[in-house]
Amino acid sequence: MMDFRFDIIAEYSHFFLMGTLLTIGLSLAGVFLGSLMGLFIAIGELLENKFIAFIFKAYVGFFRGTPLFVQILIIYFGVIPALFGEANGIVSAIAALSMNAGAYIAETIRAGIQSINRGQSEASRSLGMTKIQSMRYIILPQAIRRILPALGNEFISLIKDSSLASTIATPELMYWAQSMNAQYYRVWESYVSVALIYLILTLTANFILKHFEKKVPVK
Amino acid sequence: MIKIEDLKKSFDENVILKGISLTVKAQEVVVLIGPSGAGKSTFLRCLNKLETINSGHVYINAQDITDPKVDINKIRQKIGMVFQDFNLFPHMTVLENIMISPIKVKKESRDTAYETASQLLTKVGLANKADAYPDDLSGGQKQRIAIARALAMKPDIMLFDEPTSALDPEMVGEVLTVMQNLAKEGMTMVVVTHEMGFAREVGSRIIFMDRGYIVEENSPQELFSHPQKERTKAFLSKILSSQNNKLPL
Repeated sequence: MMDFRFDIIAEYSHFFLMGTLLTIGLSLAGVFLGSLMGLFIAIGELLENKFIAFIFKAYVGFFRGTPLFVQILIIYFGVIPALFGEANGIVSAIAALSMNAGAYIAETIRAGIQSINRGQSEASRSLGMTKIQSMRYIILPQAIRRILPALGNEFISLIKDSSLASTIATPELMYWAQSMNAQYYRVWESYVSVALIYLILTLTANFILKHFEKKVPVK
Repeated sequence: MIKIEDLKKSFDENVILKGISLTVKAQEVVVLIGPSGAGKSTFLRCLNKLETINSGHVYINAQDITDPKVDINKIRQKIGMVFQDFNLFPHMTVLENIMISPIKVKKESRDTAYETASQLLTKVGLANKADAYPDDLSGGQKQRIAIARALAMKPDIMLFDEPTSALDPEMVGEVLTVMQNLAKEGMTMVVVTHEMGFAREVGSRIIFMDRGYIVEENSPQELFSHPQKERTKAFLSKILSSQNNKLPL
């Protein structure tokens, strides 16, 4: 510890910056695409058609029941090459993170939808609204307000989980820490630096989300 | 206007309605009374298919809503419903609560919907609450807004499911007054209530239900003064004595 080398951190600062931006990008893409998928899956799970609902439930079961790391490897080495003919780290990372987050977010959204009093859907249907109109104008707006804090937590999880993308040659933050360690055999400088950066990211995200929650009252 | 033939409804093994037949003519105010568990609310909820119907037929304006080919959303536009616990949309202002269905379902312009909503708010005496949220209203105010919301679709029929049961006693009157005015204007109404005073004053016909059957039906004068069936007598003497006991000390 005595000879903590700030000079190599300075040397890597540019890479850490680029890595941090990519980490933020992966997390934002994950939570955005994951939310869209989550909404789609949640509605699929609530369909009266038991067979279709089962397919969505199976999806959620798979992505929640297997390690994200395994999913990343399957998508990077299997799915993306099969679809596009070549491997691509960033695309695979975004796909894996979104698909995984989608499964978790779907459960949150489903619980949010089911937490809305049945009377709300009965009242809207009694006014002549279709199921879709009732969902769109009455149920979802109320459910989303209840879901927002959980979505924020999912975003924070994604910031941390995206570090797994370093294993598939995606130059995010963790990737550069490992490069630094490989180049200089300096464990503390590389890993403590990125740990601090991750901490700053999650704390900042948490702060922003708490601020945001106060502005959107649960009505 | 409404014709019900041998309507049966059960939840799993539990038979709630055991064959109800009833005709409601235009401008009639039919009041359903009876002990809790009699099936009154379930019966009412079958009339706009909030409950699925196991057997029998329900004709609304000569259309059989038990026919799966009938578009129930179209029918429901013509049947307003008021619930015991209001079910206002808490994320919308009073005005938006009233305007949302005319705009989204009937595709009315915002201006038309606004015009109607404002008139209805004046009618239920709450014009000053247009921009309030439901959480800021008293129970009686909420229920009057719920009535206005249903009326905004310009229904032919209004169903009331114990509209005053969740209210503090001092707010019951304001809701009943709105309903009474509606009846005077000639609205066809089916009302489930425990308010015997309202039933007697406003009802054109009283239906006494018990254990899934219609036990007795008659004009208010006849039913309240000369009930024919033992069960009706027992129910009326019980509920009327309890309502008389509500006198302030």
